[in-house]
Amino acid sequence: MNYLQTYLQAYLQKIGHVTLKSLAKLGRASLFFYSIITALPYVLMRPQLLIKQMFSVGVLSFWLIIISGLFVGMVIGLQGVYTLSTYGAEASLGIMVAASLVRELGPVVSALLFAGRAGSALTAEIGLMKTTEQLSGMEMMAIDPIKYIIAPRFFAGFLSLPILALLFSSCGILGGHLTGVELLQVDLGSYWTQMQQTIDFYDDIVNGIIKSIIFAWVVSWIALFEGYDALPTSAGVSRATTRTVVNSAFAILFFDFLLTAIMFGSA
Amino acid sequence: MISIRNLTFSRGEQKIFDDISLDIMPHKITAIMGPSGAGKTTLLKLIGGQLNPDSGSITIDGENIHQLSRTQLYTLRKKMGMLFQSGALLSDMSVFDNIAFPIREHTQLPETLIRTIVLLKLNAVGLRGARNLMPSELSGGMARRVAMARAIALDPEMIMYDEPFTGQDPISLGVLVSLIQALNKTLHLTSIIVSHDVQETASIADYIYVLSQGKIAGQGTPKELAESDSEWVQQFMHGKADGPVPFHYPSDSFSSDLLAH
Repeated sequence: MNYLQTYLQAYLQKIGHVTLKSLAKLGRASLFFYSIITALPYVLMRPQLLIKQMFSVGVLSFWLIIISGLFVGMVIGLQGVYTLSTYGAEASLGIMVAASLVRELGPVVSALLFAGRAGSALTAEIGLMKTTEQLSGMEMMAIDPIKYIIAPRFFAGFLSLPILALLFSSCGILGGHLTGVELLQVDLGSYWTQMQQTIDFYDDIVNGIIKSIIFAWVVSWIALFEGYDALPTSAGVSRATTRTVVNSAFAILFFDFLLTAIMFGSA
Repeated sequence: MISIRNLTFSRGEQKIFDDISLDIMPHKITAIMGPSGAGKTTLLKLIGGQLNPDSGSITIDGENIHQLSRTQLYTLRKKMGMLFQSGALLSDMSVFDNIAFPIREHTQLPETLIRTIVLLKLNAVGLRGARNLMPSELSGGMARRVAMARAIALDPEMIMYDEPFTGQDPISLGVLVSLIQALNKTLHLTSIIVSHDVQETASIADYIYVLSQGKIAGQGTPKELAESDSEWVQQFMHGKADGPVPFHYPSDSFSSDLLAH
């Protein structure tokens, strides 16, 4: 009986400890986000900082997004023709490729790739800056690292991902054309005309963009916070980088479900 | 003058400072010494307002730095320079841009004037010729000299050195020692050196505080400390292997350990 009581007590203590730790981290992350938002005027006054970071997180992810989008579109094209031909509906391939890309795969896969490519790099960069005392050094020079280092990276990520998601979807639609129309002889006119007639600008494209804006916010926030909150050791930075990729993936998939339910749940 | 009164600071259960009081005199070099883990760097972070004490106060020219607003603290920090142990140079900027960085951020000076100031600062540390190098291309000693040039970029009134001599070869060591002394004298700075390198620090410090286990174990001029009758200070100043800080980590007696099986 005593053993059970001790075990239960230890278990409850552990739950309490983990809960308190998580809440404290959430609190720190919220304050961190608040300070980023208040740094927006500083970033707007120094657009060169934003442009430099957009190159780093956005332009350098360009080829990864283009190539991945193309291949994902090519796979949907192949799978789509095989599935639709069962019902003699190959002509609807354009709708299938475009809808799945614009609504779901474009925002989700590009966000996952962005978290792996740019998010992990941001965490490692900020974590290493903390480890090598560069952030402390800035503070002692009376320069706020949130304004100078963190905020430009956050807004760069926030602006870049929706553009990358659109690029991903566009390349995917081209990939679908390559396999569906060029390789498997689906009618060219049907592929593009049905797509144009069915895909709605607001319901599909704008909703897809809204999704990628939310993902951009989540991934940039997680990546930068994990770096800023990392233990200033090599193991600490390594763990923070892993947490960025894992937590971003969970957050992207969770928000995707939530947003899909809100946007398309009543359709 | 910097005045620390009844300062207490803890990390978790561990008390780093236990009710310590000390004064840093203006235009002098004051050294804070003590073994690794004595809280020397923590003290610099407390003075710089990067950490808050549990109790007690730190005043700089009469201003309690932990009661200042963020803006006031940043204004005060413009009067402080700090040399970090790692140099803390921004790795994506050249040597020139690292030194120009605080000037560009805090002043509206034209680029031609900024260039002149940066070259003057670099010349003072003997690295004018290295202005186009990136931090990754610098040796440890050079990085610290560049960091020193950056620390004096805004002509501060005081400068804090965090372990400036650690891991330096004899030539770099000599250069750093003479630079700290020369800068302090020429610029009329108030300097605080945190270090456990006894010889080098004692050779330039006007006054030394020795920290141990959260308390001030000894204080005085280098000469006074060298002649101190405190066993602990003697062990630290002369680097004796055994003494109040035992050579052996606490354990059972060796004979009982050997006969245990």
